Amino acid sequence: MFSFLFRRLLVLIPTYIGITLTAFVFIRVIPGDPILVMSGERSPSPEKYAELMHAFGFDQPLYVQYFEYVKDLLQGDFGKSIVTGRPVLEEFFELFPATVELAAFALFFALLIGIPAGIIAAVKRGTFYDHTLMTISLTGFSMPLFWWALLLIVFFSGYLGWTPVSGRISALYFFDTPTGFMLIDSWLSNEEGAFKSAVMHLILPAVALGTIPMATFARQSRSAMLETLGEDFIKTARAKGLSPFKVTVVHAFRNALIPIVTVIGLSVGVLLGGAILTETIFSWPGIGKWMVDSIFRRDYPVVQGGLILIATIVIMVNLTVDVLYGIIDPRISKKGH
Amino acid sequence: MKKSIIAAAVLAGGMIMSGQAMAAKTLVYCSEGSPEGFDAALYTSGTTFDASANTMFDGLVNFKVGTTEVVPGLAESWDVSVDGLELTFKLRPGVKFHTTKNFTPTRDMNADDIIFSFNRQMDKEDPYYKENNGNFGYWNAMDMSNLINDVVKVDDLTVKFMLDHPEAPIVSNMAMAFASIQSAEYGAQLVASGKLGDLNQKPVGTGPFQFVGYKKDSVIRYAKNTQYWGEQAKIDNLVFSITTDASVRFQKMKAGECHAMPYPNPADIADIRNTDGINMMQQEGLNVGYLAYNTEKDKFKDVRVRKALNYAINKDAIKQVVFNGEASVAKNPIPPTIWSYDESTVDDAYDVEKAKALLKEAGISGFKTNIWAMPVQRPYNPDAKKMAELIQADWAKIGVDAEIVTFEWGEYLKRSKAGEHDTVLLGWTGDNGDPDNFLRVLLGCAAAKSGDNRARWCNAEFEQELQDALLSTDPEVRTTAYENAQKIFKKEAPWATIAHSTVFMPISDKVSGYKIDPLGGHFFHNVDLK
Repeated sequence: MFSFLFRRLLVLIPTYIGITLTAFVFIRVIPGDPILVMSGERSPSPEKYAELMHAFGFDQPLYVQYFEYVKDLLQGDFGKSIVTGRPVLEEFFELFPATVELAAFALFFALLIGIPAGIIAAVKRGTFYDHTLMTISLTGFSMPLFWWALLLIVFFSGYLGWTPVSGRISALYFFDTPTGFMLIDSWLSNEEGAFKSAVMHLILPAVALGTIPMATFARQSRSAMLETLGEDFIKTARAKGLSPFKVTVVHAFRNALIPIVTVIGLSVGVLLGGAILTETIFSWPGIGKWMVDSIFRRDYPVVQGGLILIATIVIMVNLTVDVLYGIIDPRISKKGH
Repeated sequence: MKKSIIAAAVLAGGMIMSGQAMAAKTLVYCSEGSPEGFDAALYTSGTTFDASANTMFDGLVNFKVGTTEVVPGLAESWDVSVDGLELTFKLRPGVKFHTTKNFTPTRDMNADDIIFSFNRQMDKEDPYYKENNGNFGYWNAMDMSNLINDVVKVDDLTVKFMLDHPEAPIVSNMAMAFASIQSAEYGAQLVASGKLGDLNQKPVGTGPFQFVGYKKDSVIRYAKNTQYWGEQAKIDNLVFSITTDASVRFQKMKAGECHAMPYPNPADIADIRNTDGINMMQQEGLNVGYLAYNTEKDKFKDVRVRKALNYAINKDAIKQVVFNGEASVAKNPIPPTIWSYDESTVDDAYDVEKAKALLKEAGISGFKTNIWAMPVQRPYNPDAKKMAELIQADWAKIGVDAEIVTFEWGEYLKRSKAGEHDTVLLGWTGDNGDPDNFLRVLLGCAAAKSGDNRARWCNAEFEQELQDALLSTDPEVRTTAYENAQKIFKKEAPWATIAHSTVFMPISDKVSGYKIDPLGGHFFHNVDLK
């Protein structure tokens, strides 16, 4: 296991070189620069523009800017936002809990509905249940997120009035948020109704963001279960007289978990990507919205730092998934020896 | 646990606010975006000004809300020397800066604060200049360093601006957001603690509201400044609930989650008008959308060609298709809400035959050109691509084959400033209600050199009128000069003036006293809640 982990960690070195380079180049190949974009129609004179570009160091050759950037990164300095003047790390950790909270609940929703739906569809293969569940999941998978999110708002908030329209909590509450997780902070605040307001605000964005992963989980669980259910050991289990529930959940599901866990791991990237749209529509103050705003403003340090930090999260999750493989199926980590 | 819950007024039914104490009046404004910071001098966006200058700060002079009239602010009176080179302000005594968690003022506002507020934008040795790399948006764009030579303290309550040359709009400029007055005492405290960035993050002003807190990209909270020098705000708390999607803002208004919202989605306007409990306020915007002809290019040097292209454009169709009918066709380069607007101008009305005849007279049967269309929505042009397509179709009728070109926004501005275009769609929203802010900034000879004048048109006669108006403080002289300038503009046609868009502001019927600001700001200190 340790050598397995060590090898995976070693791969991170070239991965990070690639990420920093991509992050650095990506934002610079987009036309426009922070000074021009920030000033819009009210641009400074050419002399002043040159002075500002120099002051920010944007007139240096790209390789010099890159090495300066990597040098600072190695010292843990992600730089300051050109727009707000605040350290990138400070802004990231202020907003990151909101994204985690949203993604976690979206994932929870997706797992809660998607996996049982997939299992039921597999067990009831070819029946009305199977066709209905798979049609719903295909619809969920195909739905454009922005359209689905607006539909949810119009129906549940506008028409039925059951849920608030957007934000993390009613704008009338204002308390310290030491953890950044609104559910926890609203609970700790002891403000009457704050926790309920936070829960109500979380429902629609979590459902909107969780819909595509839910559909993926349902389809993946179904196919993984179907494959496993056809295996000899399942027939043996059935022949031994085990109950259908035990055969399905204990024997078949455990063995179907590997592809399911893979999809769950990969869905973290999808959730973070989907968070960009969800956060924008639901005015959810997370890193997705922060990154989009920063790309539009050509806020180089924020885009670079944000990409690296998000990539780190995706890498860590995938590393965890790899470790989980070893636990679910010990043959995988042993193959490494 | 430390907390500062804000009691709230009861909003329309459906608001989620379970169990709050509702004694105080809280107005929730669903703002369109996050402020970049709270130091207005660093930025150029209206979103940032609303969250900073328009709520928490004062200038030496202010614009009277709902008008472009300059009224006393932190200065009680002002005086311009005969040669126009000295501008003296008499400051208002007894003005208090906000007391916040980070700062307790020990003195009233005085001349040191004025000097601090301007020096940091012009003195390269000032620590705040260095902290921000000299990136003061409006100061740089307006080239203020070449206008203001020095700011001098005469006594505690008198301050004098020494100017390089006379410039009539200087007093109006002092009411703009970049000229908001900061506390020198707070500034010095932050320098001592090495936290210069807090001037932008934890603002301290003299305005009608003071800063309570900001949850990034989510909510900004203000409380009434109970020591305000002017008439105190009628509401106790002001909340900016940041909601970037226009349709979602409307849903929040409908659900009673906010009292007011800016910039509705054009497609929602009819719906908003039919929604109970929401009043749709509207006013002609202080803006102009235009198509500039690059007069340095051979094909646009002949005024007859420019005029022909103007006659070929069906502006009424553009108004209907691009603006959903919610705009007025522009005939002058300044909007009708600005003083000196020339009512007598006769527009180049849509006339294909006249356009063809003019081209023939110029000896041209048709030519190839391009129309640059902005990639972004702007207040003066909600859909530049569609506008370009309509113009392209119109010009095709007179044998002009136009290709539509677009670039990313920053690149678009940069390249058009460099004069790479044949014709370019752009526009402008006024900053200070002075015609100079349109005519000289967009059509003057200096702007032709710097590129801000996208027509790259420098006309001696026109320039003389602008200079006459610039150097005079007599309103009559200035009005006549600007009217003459508009006549020359119309005759020479460096632009096709397209439209002045309408500004909308959906507002709850529980709100009274709100006035639409012609300059595009959003002000709440005169607003009350039923």
